[in-house]
Amino acid sequence: MTDSKYFTTTKKGEIFELKAELNSDKKEKKKEAVKKVIASMTVGKDVSALFPDVVNCMQTDNLELKKLVYLYLMNYAKSQPDMAIMAVNTFVKDCEDPNPLIRALAVRTMGCIRVDKITEYLCEPLRKCLKDEDPYVRKTAAVCVAKLHDINAQLVEDQGFLDTLKDLISDSNPMVVANAVAALSEIAESHPSSNLLDLNPQSINKLLTALNECTEWGQIFILDCLANYTPKDDREAQSICERVTPRLSHANSAVVLSAVKVLMKFMEMLSKDLDYYGTLLKKLAPPLVTLLSAEPELQYVALRNINLIVQKRPEILKHEMKVFFVKYNDPIYVKLEKLDIMIRLASQANIAQVLAELKEYATEVDVDFVRKAVRAIGRCAIKVEQSAERCVSTLLDLIQTKVNYVVQEAIVVIKDIFRKYPNKYESVIATLCENLDSLDEPEARAAMIWIVGEYAERIDNADELLESFLEGFHDESTQVQLQLLTAIVKLFLKKPTETQELVQQVLSLATQDSDNPDLRDRGYIYWRLLSTDPVAAKEVVLAEKPLISEETDLIEPTLLDELICYIGTLASVYHKPPSAFVEGGRGVVHKTLPPRTASNESTESPETAPAGAPPGEQPDVIPAQGDLLGDLLNLDLGPPVSGPPLATSSVQMGAVDLLGGGLDSLIGGTNFVAPPTAAVPANLGAPIGSGLSDLFDLTSGVGTLSGSYVAPKAVWLPAMKAKGLEISGTFTRQVGSISMDLQLTNKALQVMTDFAIQFNRNSFGLAPAAPLQVHAPLSPNQTVEISLPLSTVGSVMKMEPLNNLQVAVKNNIDVFYFSTLYPLHILFVEDGKMDRQMFLATWKDIPNENEAQFQIRDCPLNAEAVSSKLQSSNIFTVARRNVEGQDMLYQSLKLTNGIWVLAELRIQPGNPSCTDLELSLKCRAPEVSQHVYQAYETILKN
Amino acid sequence: MIHSLFLINSSGDIFLEKHWKSVVSRSVCDYFFEAQERATEAENVPPVIPTPHHYLLSVYRHKIFFVAVIQTEVPPLFVIEFLHRVVDTFQDYFGVCSEPVIKDNVVVVYEVLEEMLDNGFPLATESNILKELIKPPTILRTVVNTITGSTNVGDQLPTGQLSVVPWRRTGVKYTNNEAYFDVIEEIDAIIDKSGSTITAEIQGVIDACVKLTGMPDLTLSFMNPRLLDDVSFHPCVRFKRWESERILSFIPPDGNFRLLSYHVSAQNLVAIPVYVKHNISFRDSSSFGRFEITVGPKQTMGKTIEGVTVTSQMPKGVLNMSLTPSQGTHTFDPVTKMLSWDVGKINPQKLPSLKGTMSLQAGASKPDENPTINLQFKIQQLAISGLKVNRLDMYGEKYKPFKGIKYMTKAGKFQVRT
Repeated sequence: MTDSKYFTTTKKGEIFELKAELNSDKKEKKKEAVKKVIASMTVGKDVSALFPDVVNCMQTDNLELKKLVYLYLMNYAKSQPDMAIMAVNTFVKDCEDPNPLIRALAVRTMGCIRVDKITEYLCEPLRKCLKDEDPYVRKTAAVCVAKLHDINAQLVEDQGFLDTLKDLISDSNPMVVANAVAALSEIAESHPSSNLLDLNPQSINKLLTALNECTEWGQIFILDCLANYTPKDDREAQSICERVTPRLSHANSAVVLSAVKVLMKFMEMLSKDLDYYGTLLKKLAPPLVTLLSAEPELQYVALRNINLIVQKRPEILKHEMKVFFVKYNDPIYVKLEKLDIMIRLASQANIAQVLAELKEYATEVDVDFVRKAVRAIGRCAIKVEQSAERCVSTLLDLIQTKVNYVVQEAIVVIKDIFRKYPNKYESVIATLCENLDSLDEPEARAAMIWIVGEYAERIDNADELLESFLEGFHDESTQVQLQLLTAIVKLFLKKPTETQELVQQVLSLATQDSDNPDLRDRGYIYWRLLSTDPVAAKEVVLAEKPLISEETDLIEPTLLDELICYIGTLASVYHKPPSAFVEGGRGVVHKTLPPRTASNESTESPETAPAGAPPGEQPDVIPAQGDLLGDLLNLDLGPPVSGPPLATSSVQMGAVDLLGGGLDSLIGGTNFVAPPTAAVPANLGAPIGSGLSDLFDLTSGVGTLSGSYVAPKAVWLPAMKAKGLEISGTFTRQVGSISMDLQLTNKALQVMTDFAIQFNRNSFGLAPAAPLQVHAPLSPNQTVEISLPLSTVGSVMKMEPLNNLQVAVKNNIDVFYFSTLYPLHILFVEDGKMDRQMFLATWKDIPNENEAQFQIRDCPLNAEAVSSKLQSSNIFTVARRNVEGQDMLYQSLKLTNGIWVLAELRIQPGNPSCTDLELSLKCRAPEVSQHVYQAYETILKN
Repeated sequence: MIHSLFLINSSGDIFLEKHWKSVVSRSVCDYFFEAQERATEAENVPPVIPTPHHYLLSVYRHKIFFVAVIQTEVPPLFVIEFLHRVVDTFQDYFGVCSEPVIKDNVVVVYEVLEEMLDNGFPLATESNILKELIKPPTILRTVVNTITGSTNVGDQLPTGQLSVVPWRRTGVKYTNNEAYFDVIEEIDAIIDKSGSTITAEIQGVIDACVKLTGMPDLTLSFMNPRLLDDVSFHPCVRFKRWESERILSFIPPDGNFRLLSYHVSAQNLVAIPVYVKHNISFRDSSSFGRFEITVGPKQTMGKTIEGVTVTSQMPKGVLNMSLTPSQGTHTFDPVTKMLSWDVGKINPQKLPSLKGTMSLQAGASKPDENPTINLQFKIQQLAISGLKVNRLDMYGEKYKPFKGIKYMTKAGKFQVRT
């Protein structure tokens, strides 16, 4: 007799049959019928039509029958809300039952009935159960609050259940505490702003006590809750760590990982010199290793987390390389993760072993895995310099196997090795060229073309090789086309005589026959460069490339710090902050690692603030290989904030020497045909200079002679204070130079001579770039206008306010001092336009605390006007978006000292009643925000 | 927390669903099926699959996918651990965990699942407690229930649920009081072509079967507790006592449970009890290859190695094999290319070997990959790490229990590369 009998049907129709049985007088028959109903429900059959009949069976003293009916109710109440009310009475009665099991069951079930109408009736029984004498009932009631909150949050708040729940954190029973924490955490997740889990040293102590005694699942909830707490100093952090460490020996891997999270987070506060710090590091390794002997699904999650931990604190697992060696029957998702960690742990000490393993993996069957293994060998070569030679020879061995995908992967990584160690391993090029024909993947083809172009002078038949690719130019992917274009231009610059035809061909293919804007633009750039100034072209195209950094695919440090706070969660599996993927983006609170605060130090000292590594130590993050390839030209690579891109300067040169025909010197006598004007887009027409600058988006730099806004002169030094000398002035910025326009008036009765000026040290290092030159002596009642050029290379001292400038002026009579405030926009430099991608990344990267909000009142301008007005003062609009009728401008600007300020400006056009602009500024040095805002206001209102 | 659970068989049918919150349509599983299709083998289905509104976390055991649906940020390990616990519970209840058995007991399954989670929060996962709440089906009980009309749902509050020892019920009575402990060690190892060890580690567990009356308090001490530096305990073990004295002190759950699992890492030298000599060669331009392997004992501390089986996934190019074993039986499946050889016991005087030829696809080039040999074996009465129990004492009860300790070493993932 098994339950499968419940699935048998009869001819008359199942529902009919069941209905009759449910209404039977016999208890036993009733129960059997309910079982049949449940069985149908579990397999997804719709038995909701039986609702009234099943509910009728609820009033029973048979516990099993009751439970079965409850099961049914939970499933179908939602679809039959009116009927569900019939059940309320029984619930209320059951909540008074002497048997705590029945009370708990009732409170548990009624929370699962997701019908609005019912919830009101349930508040009273729930309130009673929360204060029940039996902890089993209390702990069930705690969860019920979370259920009710999910259905009707307002009701829960109005009824004061949240406070009762908070009280339960201090309950004497650890299981009740754990459930209360779990319920509160779940509620808090949907209300990130509410301060539900208000943790203080007392409540932490209670949680730690409960931690030792509650169930494994309760321990997870409590540990996750502890991780949100920020201890006040290192002593408190250490004492919490000490009490959490025993959890590392728990059999439940989720408990272990949650404990690891707490420790990793609080460790941040401990001083590295502490003995305890070392002990803790040692204690972390074994549990992590043990996680890897669990079931593969658990291993996978553990490995994703270990990946983060290894990046944050490589010292923990540096001796455990071997546990990450791949077993051939590991599931593929485990294999790939292990490989990743192997590379992260690779060092000079263990590289031989790692390479031997990787070579072994490269002969496995699974294609994805083999590819990744080959790539890993390349990454090892780049990471551990001593091993590079070994890696290259391993890769050559692999190329000899002639297995198609192995060869292609190998070529892609060898290209990176060339970039890391230029002029060292080029002897292998010949071997690579042999495999040219077998390459069919874009990435491999592009890599090979790059190699041929880069080393064109050493490859005798480079032109033939590249020509062979050119035949099917239009069938290639963009990546390959771009690469081919660049490679041929390189070849031409290296061997101009033989390859002129080839370069003509590729340029016309790129500019005339392609509809890909990237390709076309790059084609034009090269064409112009070659036709205007080949020397500059050489400088640009054959410029020395920055070395690629050793560690690839590193997670960017601030993100890593955030992810460390999310160890053990989905965020850690995806290596993305929850805000990036959590459903509906319900304002997720960003978590950051706590700053290191020693107990004997004053907690207010501002130096302790930044948690991450100082900028100098931050490893350069290079993008994944795919992105890199497209950028091999390096026009737009380079470190993020490195002044004007390389191209700018050389192009300006070119613009000066328009069509200077310097090409002859390069190709000796042969005439280079200038591109046909027909192919040139309209704006590239007659004055080729402006076309060029358009092409490079230099409008701001070259074109705007109008300069930024200049305030009218104001009196800085009244005559009565300076023995008759009156000085008024203002600051201007034009075409990249700052000057101070002064007006000196002699209101005394004697002639003034021997003028000189000096600035005190100031926030931005402003200093006179030339002496103050007043040519003739200033006779009484005479006025002279002088423009004093300023530089920003003077000595720096932070002033209060930031834009305060103290000036001393000397003449033959005396020395006079005055101070003035300069508008910040004179410091906005011309190359302050940030790339869109970079803007996005930087915006995300700057912590939210640094964001400042301002309002610019009564400014009835539309987005275009605002944008152009600001542009003339070097505030550049990076992107524009229209959201619900509001224009959002995203803008960037850069100060002379290299500080970037990002802005979001919200404009409501077509709404005359609302002419206020909202400005949000983000900057790594938040103290400038106020002044930038003032600059905005000044510019926009004038 | 955990929203819903779907049970899916290997042919892709959902044969059971359970929802702890609102009902999630089973169409959410389509994303799972997509992933299943992409993964060539069932084992390779990724355990975490994102969908637009939910996350699917799954484990694959007994040819069944247990797919949990979650909607908010939940620790994935928590979910996966729980799923494994569900499988263990089913196994414990029904002896085996398979689709027909689950279907046969669908109501019990449903009741058990309802007890295990409340609103997605774990409620009762200890099988001791669950069995008190919902009695596992037995033939006898079904008969009794039908005659007397009694039920298999307990109507008493499980006694252990709220005590300080939630894992043990009160009022346990046995006529024969006994406590057995099995020390089982598995060796995971990778051996390279030349026979040297690349990595080796030992995963050990101590499984207990304790049937003692009342509230016994046990202590277990080891001859060489230093071996255990990486351990995970059953919640019953008093951690403080272990930290200070290296003694396991605990009030045991009733029945079968895992007291301790431990890990002896690659740093310490791990003894490898067997070796494999192999000579597998493919020749270019020949449609035959040679195959020869011999298995022999290495560091066995004088114990016999038994239950030896050798399996190997041969390269695709191998059409068939004609082999002769010196002992045992062997099979080769020309479709899956799986060779398996059931060796049995190793007699050190006469080493078992398997020799012969392989016929290869004519005209094809020789296979790139070399087959890896997978080894299974057992050694009774030996814990290869050298772990030994010193003594077991009982406090708190007056009677004299019967005590027993067994040791065993097994191969875990033991692989020899060729």
